[in-house]
Amino acid sequence: MQIEDSVKAARGREFMEGARDTLPILVAAAPFGIVFGAAAVAAGYSLYETVLTSAAMFAGASQFVFIEVNAQAVPAWMVVLAVFAINFRHILYSASIGRRIAAMSFLQKAAAFFLLTDIQFAGAEARAARDPHGRISAAYYFGMGIPIYVMWVATAVLGALFGKLIKHPEQWGLDFILPIYFLAVLMGFRTRERFVLIVLASGIVSMLAYKTLGTPWHISLGAFAGIGAASFTARGRTVA
Amino acid sequence: MLESGSHGDITALIIVMALVTYLTRIGGHLVLSRFKKLDPRIEAGLEAVPVAVMTPLIVPPALTNGPAEAIAILFVCVASMRLGAIPTVALGVAVLVAGRNLF
Repeated sequence: MQIEDSVKAARGREFMEGARDTLPILVAAAPFGIVFGAAAVAAGYSLYETVLTSAAMFAGASQFVFIEVNAQAVPAWMVVLAVFAINFRHILYSASIGRRIAAMSFLQKAAAFFLLTDIQFAGAEARAARDPHGRISAAYYFGMGIPIYVMWVATAVLGALFGKLIKHPEQWGLDFILPIYFLAVLMGFRTRERFVLIVLASGIVSMLAYKTLGTPWHISLGAFAGIGAASFTARGRTVA
Repeated sequence: MLESGSHGDITALIIVMALVTYLTRIGGHLVLSRFKKLDPRIEAGLEAVPVAVMTPLIVPPALTNGPAEAIAILFVCVASMRLGAIPTVALGVAVLVAGRNLF
């Protein structure tokens, strides 16, 4: 019993650690949840549809794309394709995170992948980087993911109800907070092997794709360029 | 504005989008877990994922929006070497808003 209790206490501590480490991200992401709720209602969706979108998709950027693309009277499959293209990067997150959460049960994994957002990925990778085996515990992972999910659904409700108060998000810099936030996270990786090479490859290709093919393909193509550059230069290393 | 009577379709569309999103979140793991031992090149590629994916979310927005956005991004780049995430983001947004009022 005592061992069980101490295991439970350790789990509780890890959960709280995850929640605490997530707090700055919660504060940074909450405005987007509110803006989404407000934008969806403004575009004619009901409160139920707005909240269902945030609760079932739980994918910020693609939810905005859904509203924008669906407003243009295109066939539904095009809306789904745009959502897929925006979310394609999750396949890459998933491949990496799968190794971090290998010790979780089947159901825990199923839930963990549902919660795999950009910010969840960044936080989980940062935590795994500090672990000698590159793993992350279920308690810590859900300590991050559950508060983020609750925040996202709650802010959709708030935004839908009170969204008319934020008439000009650009006055508060809210429309550009995401690149700023991602850069702050990105710089945390600057001591990693091949950091400059990956940033250059990914940055240049994403810029070219942005100018030619346009959004959202610059995300996937830029990402593949950075991954390819890292993978290619690793070739000469001897296998242990 | 939406056409009236399309709300059942909208619910179906939301569900399909949610399923597609979940598929991308579990797909990489399902495909990758078939390989027992990872090639060092695949390993290096996977290690590169976070940096490679976040860079495209930063570079085009930084270069195509205007001087205020570019300056804010440069500021965040330098500030993040000295400060934690919250002060970096908060100051970055402050620099952005100040820049937008100047230019």
